[in-house]
Amino acid sequence: MEQQLIELLMPASVEIFLLVMACFILIADLLLTKSGKIFTFYLVLFTLLGAAALSGFTHVNDHPICYNGMFVDDAMSDTLKLLSSVAVMMMLVYSRDYLMARGLFTGEFMVLVLFALLGMDVMISAHHFLSLYLGLELLSLSMYALVALQRDSAVATEAAMKYFVLGALASGLLLYGMSMLYGATGSLDLTTISHAIQNGVPNKSLLVFGLVFVVSGLAFKLGVVPFHMWVPDVYHGAPTAMTMFIGSAPKLAAFAFTARILVDGLQPLVKDWSGMLIILAVSSMALGNLAAIAQTNLKRMFAYSTISHMGFLLLGFIAGGIEGYGSSMFYVVVYVMMSLGAFGMIMLLSRAGFEADNLSDFKGLNQRSPWLAFMMLLLMFSMAGVPPTVGFYAKFSVLNAIVQAGYTPLAVISVMFSLIGAFYYLRIVKLMYFDTPETHEVIQVSPDTALVISLNGLGVLFLGLFPGGLMMVCAIAVKQSLLLH
Amino acid sequence: MIFGLPVISVAIWLPILFGILVMATGDDRNAPLARMIALVGGVLGFLVTLPLYTGFDTSTSAMQFVEYHSWITRFNIHYHLGVDGISMLFILLNSFFTPLVVLAAWKVIEKRVAQYLAAFLIMSGIVNGVFAALDSILFYVFWEAMLIPMFVIIGVWGGPRRVYAAMKFFLYTLLGSLLMLVSLIYLYNLSGGSFAIEDFHRVAIPMSAQILIFVAFFFAFAVKVPMFPVHTWLPDAHVEAPTGGSVVLAAIMLKVGAYGFLRFSLPITPDASHKLAGVMIALSLIAVVYIGLVALMQSDMKKLVAYSSISHMGFVTLGFFLFNQFGMEGALLQMISHGFVAGALFLCIGVLYDRVHSREISAYGGVANKMPVFAAFFMLFAMANSGLPGTSAFVGEFMVIMAAVKVNFWYAFAAASTLIFGAAYTLWMYKRVIFGKVVNHHVAELTDINAREILILSVLAAMVLGMGLYPLPFADVLHESVSNLLEHVAHSKILLVQ
Repeated sequence: MEQQLIELLMPASVEIFLLVMACFILIADLLLTKSGKIFTFYLVLFTLLGAAALSGFTHVNDHPICYNGMFVDDAMSDTLKLLSSVAVMMMLVYSRDYLMARGLFTGEFMVLVLFALLGMDVMISAHHFLSLYLGLELLSLSMYALVALQRDSAVATEAAMKYFVLGALASGLLLYGMSMLYGATGSLDLTTISHAIQNGVPNKSLLVFGLVFVVSGLAFKLGVVPFHMWVPDVYHGAPTAMTMFIGSAPKLAAFAFTARILVDGLQPLVKDWSGMLIILAVSSMALGNLAAIAQTNLKRMFAYSTISHMGFLLLGFIAGGIEGYGSSMFYVVVYVMMSLGAFGMIMLLSRAGFEADNLSDFKGLNQRSPWLAFMMLLLMFSMAGVPPTVGFYAKFSVLNAIVQAGYTPLAVISVMFSLIGAFYYLRIVKLMYFDTPETHEVIQVSPDTALVISLNGLGVLFLGLFPGGLMMVCAIAVKQSLLLH
Repeated sequence: MIFGLPVISVAIWLPILFGILVMATGDDRNAPLARMIALVGGVLGFLVTLPLYTGFDTSTSAMQFVEYHSWITRFNIHYHLGVDGISMLFILLNSFFTPLVVLAAWKVIEKRVAQYLAAFLIMSGIVNGVFAALDSILFYVFWEAMLIPMFVIIGVWGGPRRVYAAMKFFLYTLLGSLLMLVSLIYLYNLSGGSFAIEDFHRVAIPMSAQILIFVAFFFAFAVKVPMFPVHTWLPDAHVEAPTGGSVVLAAIMLKVGAYGFLRFSLPITPDASHKLAGVMIALSLIAVVYIGLVALMQSDMKKLVAYSSISHMGFVTLGFFLFNQFGMEGALLQMISHGFVAGALFLCIGVLYDRVHSREISAYGGVANKMPVFAAFFMLFAMANSGLPGTSAFVGEFMVIMAAVKVNFWYAFAAASTLIFGAAYTLWMYKRVIFGKVVNHHVAELTDINAREILILSVLAAMVLGMGLYPLPFADVLHESVSNLLEHVAHSKILLVQ
C-alpha cells in the first residue's frame, strides 16, 4: 500500500516537494530573527537544489500522462523544470545583495518566489486546461505580489497594478477561449480535444473562435505584439530583481504552456494558428527591435528586446515538427540564460539608492572592470546572435527550421530585424568599451555573484563553441514528449 | 604536422592562445611583458604556417592538410579544415602581417596595450580559420567572429569619429552576413543535410534560386571587398582605425571578401555568375575608374590610400568575372600584392602620423629633407601602388588587363586607366608630402625612422620587389586550383536538375 502511494505520487514529486518546503519556510521564517534571515536564503537554495535534483534524476514514466489526464511527466517537463530551478537559483544569487540594500530581502520574497516556481512547474507539467490555468494563475498571482513588494515605490506599485489588470484580462481571454473549445469538443483534456477535432466537430466556427481567444491569451502571457503593452512598463517599474525574475524562468514555462496547448491540444488546427503566429511573430520582431533603439533606460530596452525574442521564438512553432519545436525550446533556454546575465549585470552595477539601469551607467565599464565588461560583451553579442556565442546557434536552429518548412522569405525578414536588433546591443558594447566612465566608484561584487556572472558569461561562449549537447537535449525532449502528427 | 599537431589547427589556435595570454597580463603596468608575449606569439604564429607552403603539393587541386572531426552532430556540422592553392597563400599573408602589426604598435599604443595586442592576435587566428574552413557554418562562425575584435580595435583606439566608423563597419558587414546565413541554410536543405562547402559545389540549383543566392552572397562578400556601391564604410573605417587596424583591414580583411567570391559565389552558383557577370564587371570598372578619380581628390592621406584600395580591389573582382585562367590568377596575385603594398603604405602613413599627428597632406612638405631613409621606402611603395613594372603590383594588373583584352577591348581600356590614375594620385600625394621645402616647424622637428621601423618596412620592401621580379613561387601554387575552379564554373548546374 505504502509502496503504491509513493509510486502514485512520484510524477508530481517536484511539485509536492516545493509545496511542502514553501510552507515550511513560510513558518520557519516567522521564527527567525532578523540576523537569521540568511538561514532562510540557504534553505531556499537547498529547496531549489532538491527540486532540480528531483526533476533531473527521477525516471521518466512509462505512461507520462497521469492523474486522469491532468498531468504529464515526460522528458520535456523534466528538462524544463530542472532548468527553471537552476534559473531561479541564479536569480536569487544575483539579486541577494541588491535586495538586501533595499530592504526587500525578506521571507515573503523568497516564499513568493517558491510559489511562483511551483506555478511554473505545474504549467510545465499540465496536460489539461484546468491544470494549465491553475499553474498559470499561481505563477501570475505570485508575480503581481513580487512586483508590488516595494510598497513605497510609486513606479513599482503602478507597474504591479498594470501587470495585474492586463494579466487578469489575458486570463479572462484564455478562459473564454477554453470554454469555447470545451463547448466545441466537450472536453478540457488536451488529448481528448485533439482527438475530437481530428474526428471532426460539428461547429468549426466555434472552434476557431475559441482558438483565437486562446492564442490571444497566450500572446498576452508571452508578451508579443499586439498584446505587449504591459511588458515595457512592468519591466521598467519593477525592482530589477523582479524584472530579472519575470524575464527568466517563466519564459520556460510559457514555452511549455504554448507547446502543450498548440501542439498537443490544437495540432489539428495548425493551419489556422500558424497564420496567426506569423502575424504575431513578424510584428513583434519589427516593433520590439525598432522601439528598443529609442530607449535610454536599459530595463525598457531589454523589455522591447524580449518582445522581439519572443517573436523569434514563435517562428519555431510556425515551422513545426521536431526541428521547429526543438529549436524553439533551445531558443528559449538560451534566451533565459542571456537574460539572467544581462539583468544580473544591471544589479551588479547598482548600489544602495542607485539603480544602474540607464544606458549611461555602462559608460567606460571596461576601464572600471575589464572582466565584467568582457562578460557583458559576450552576453550582448550573444543576444545579437553573433558567433561564437550561443545566441547565434539559437537563431541558427530556428532559421534552419523555418527554411526547412519552406518559409524562406520569413527567414529573410527575421534576419533583417535581427540586424536592426544588433544595433542596440552593439551600443552597449560601445558604451562599455569606447566611452569614458562617468564615475570611478569601485564596483563591489561578492564572490558568489562574481562566480555566477562569470559562469554565465563564459557559459554563453562555451555553449557557442559546443552547442551540440544542449541542442540534442532539446530535440530529444521535444521528440519524446510532444504529440507530433 | 607540427609536434604531432595538425598544421592548420595550430595556425588558428596558437595566435588565439597567445592572445588570451597577452590579455591575462592585465593593465598597462605590464605593457612591456604584453608586448614581448605578443611578438613571440606573432612570430611563432607565422613560423607554424610555413609548413603549409613547404609541404604544399602544387600538382593537385584537391584540399590539402585536411582535418575532419564531428562538431555539431545534430546539424551534421564538422570541424573541417583544409587549404588549396587559393586559400593557402592568404593564411601565410595574414600570419606574416601579425608580427609586423605588433611591432608597429610597439611604442605608439600606450593605453590598454594588452587588449590591443590581444585583439590583433585573436583576429589573426580567426582569419586563418576563415581561409581554412571547409564547412560553411565553421566558415560563418569565423567570418562573424572576425568582426568582434575589429569592431573593438576601431572603436577603442581609433580617431575622433571612431564610434561612427566602428558601428558602420559592423552593421554593414552583418547585413551581408545574415543574408549569407539564410542562403547557407537553404543550401543545407537543398543538399540533403550537409554544410560542407564542397557538397554545395556539387548540388544542382534552379536558376531563380541561384540568382537569389548569388545576390545574398554578393551582399556578404561585396561589402567586405568592398565593391562599388557598398564601399562607403571603408574610408571611414580606415581613417578612424589605428595604424595596425588599417594595415589589417587593407591587407587581410578586404581579401576575405574576394576569397568568398571564389569559394562560394562562383562555384555554387555558376549559372547566375555567368548571367550577372556583366553587372559585376560594370561595378568593378566603376570602382577602378570612378574611385580612382575620387582618390585623386582626397586631402587626407589615409583616405587616399583607402580609395586606392577600393580601386585596386575593383581589379580583383574584374579578374574573377572574366572567367579565364589569366584573369583569375592575375586577380589572386593582385590580392596578395595589394596586401603588401597597401599594408606598407598604411605603415608609412602611420610613421608620419606618430610624429606629427596629422593625416592631412597639407600638413606636410619637404619631409625628404628630414627623413631621407623613410622617403626612399615610401617612394618604393608609392611606385608599387601605381603599378610600376618590377614591383609586385605590376604582375597582377598586367595579367588582368591581358585577360580583359581577350574578352573585350573596352574592358581592358577602362581597366588600364588605373595605371594612369593610380600613378597620378599616389605620386602627386608623394610629391606634396615628401618633396619641396620644409613647410612648418612640425616637419622641421621630424626624426628619421628608427631600427624597428626600418625592419618592418624593409621586410615589406623585400616582399614587394621579390614578388615583382620573380612571381613564380606565388603563381605556381595557384595554378591547379584556379584551373579546377574555372572548369567547375564552366559547367551549368541547372542541367543536373532536369
